[in-house]
Amino acid sequence: MAIHRHDNHKSANAFMEWVDRRIPLTKVWNEHLAEYYAAKNFNFWYYFGSLAILVLVIQIFTGIFLTMHYKPDAALAFASVEYIMRDVPYGWLMRYLHSTGASAFFVIIYLHMFRGLIYGSHREPRELVWLIGCVIFVALMAEAFMGYLLPWGNMSYWGAQVIISLFDVIPYFGPMLTEWIRGDFVISDATLNRFFAFHVILLPLVLIVLVFLHLIALHQVGSNNPDGIDIFEKVDEDGKPLDGIAFHPYYTVKDIVGVCGFLIIYLGIVFFAPEFGGIFLEKDNFAPANSLQTPPDIVPLWYFTPYYSILRANTFNFFWIDAKIWGVVFMALSIVVFFLLPWLDRSPVKSIRYRSMPFKIALVIFVAAFILLGWLGMNPVTERNTLLAQIGSVAYFAFFFLMPWFTSIGKTKPLPDRVTQHEH
Amino acid sequence: MADNIVSDTSVEDKKRRRFLTGITAGFGAVGAGIALTPFVLSMQPSERAKNAGAPVSYDFSKIQPGQMVKVEWRGKPVVLLKRTEAMMLGLDKIEDRLADPTSLVSIQPAYAQNDARADANNADLLVMLGVCTHLGCSPVEKLTVGPDPEMGDDSQGGFFCPCHGSKFDLSGRVYKNVPATSNMEVPPYKYDGNVITIGEDDGRTA
Repeated sequence: MAIHRHDNHKSANAFMEWVDRRIPLTKVWNEHLAEYYAAKNFNFWYYFGSLAILVLVIQIFTGIFLTMHYKPDAALAFASVEYIMRDVPYGWLMRYLHSTGASAFFVIIYLHMFRGLIYGSHREPRELVWLIGCVIFVALMAEAFMGYLLPWGNMSYWGAQVIISLFDVIPYFGPMLTEWIRGDFVISDATLNRFFAFHVILLPLVLIVLVFLHLIALHQVGSNNPDGIDIFEKVDEDGKPLDGIAFHPYYTVKDIVGVCGFLIIYLGIVFFAPEFGGIFLEKDNFAPANSLQTPPDIVPLWYFTPYYSILRANTFNFFWIDAKIWGVVFMALSIVVFFLLPWLDRSPVKSIRYRSMPFKIALVIFVAAFILLGWLGMNPVTERNTLLAQIGSVAYFAFFFLMPWFTSIGKTKPLPDRVTQHEH
Repeated sequence: MADNIVSDTSVEDKKRRRFLTGITAGFGAVGAGIALTPFVLSMQPSERAKNAGAPVSYDFSKIQPGQMVKVEWRGKPVVLLKRTEAMMLGLDKIEDRLADPTSLVSIQPAYAQNDARADANNADLLVMLGVCTHLGCSPVEKLTVGPDPEMGDDSQGGFFCPCHGSKFDLSGRVYKNVPATSNMEVPPYKYDGNVITIGEDDGRTA
């Protein structure tokens, strides 16, 4: 019996050797999983990277099945979504997994970015990890925006109308560019058809390549940790970090716990509240696109509302430039500033655990401003709301542009020698 | 001596190589750009889309004073609003609150560049693209004079854009300090008895 098992093992080894001579399977497995060392003190915040990959897989998988029944044609699209909901076996499940998955993706990405912000994961030497992540964020927004046109509901139509019109403000080329994007003089069948192509082929491919680059860049420099210190400064005689543990099996097992927790919440929403009170699926989108009638309260999906509020907050003409142009410029800037973060942050420490008080206060104000702007973007324009959006916008940009100042003042706490961890 | 000659040629050789590589890469890039052109141009409006812009006609005698209808022209909503006498009088009252009261930077045919933004023969009939000049939403009509949650307490009626809160008067003239900065566009139009044709004015100026 024992001999038999030994033989099996031997032949398996021989097989892997045969494979490894031809493709570096074991090498890649070891470099990125079994011998990829990460700090042992990863906490709750470190679930969101692997969860983001899970949701990407869910979106691609459910998307494939939705394309089997969906029709990218202005005359048929709306009805084909209703057909998926009513007539296709389990079509409702595919669609709700996909629509809830889109919102889940943004929840996870925002928390993932916040993790980077509080533990200084954007700092040297991980600037490129952060920058590639920012490009993923922009690509994801494009993916979500184009996907939202496909049901051809009235909110889909007018949402696309507003966002495409943003390019109109570009001097001279604007109108030509918007015509080129729409493929028509108005949002039409041509627009729907090409958004379908971008949504199901181009952007998913771009996202997969970017996620791959994000991971390669991360594994080149190693993962950060909640203490923001370099674990490779303290290594054993084999060169393994004393505070590091192999990603597999330790973090693969930990991430499975995260996956279970996520699936409970995600599937709970899919089964019991897929519209999420009109936040994940807006009520105006249950009416077909009507080019003559803007919905009475037009709101973008919740994950775009902070930037949308910044767009709406610009109501003054400065320096002979129209308020309209300022709105678009500031909205674009509100996303571009994320790219600058590694160079705006001048703190001598990375992690919030050791940062100075001014940073902590600024961070609280920023988070409050972000949530306020997000809430305002879902609500109608009134004089009070416009004023609040203007205050929120100032706070939002102040966080970034005053960062070189407030990260260089105040007293930071001394860094520990080794990562801190409470024994269980 | 021999060594010198060899090293000279190799420097020369490296320069040649760099030049030839550069030239080849440059031409390759130009070729790739040319190859990409038809793909980029294929995304322009198609011939079918270009042909879909025919004028539309509407019998405006059906519209009662104070009533508004929308017709579709080139996929866009065209507002036809027959204004009452009170509405016309209200236009003067709010002129100081408008960004472009004389329609200098706005788009309209010459015969509609006036306070009513309409042809003098039917000054009470507003013919306008119901498209906000901010980001293209279709503003909601506010046809009653008096306090309105969106238009303000002393509203003379007008249009309110639900997307970003731009306000316009009953001639489609934009208010100051709102996201939109020009008045809503008036398309070319002409009359034939009771029938208005939108999208065609035979090049008339009055």
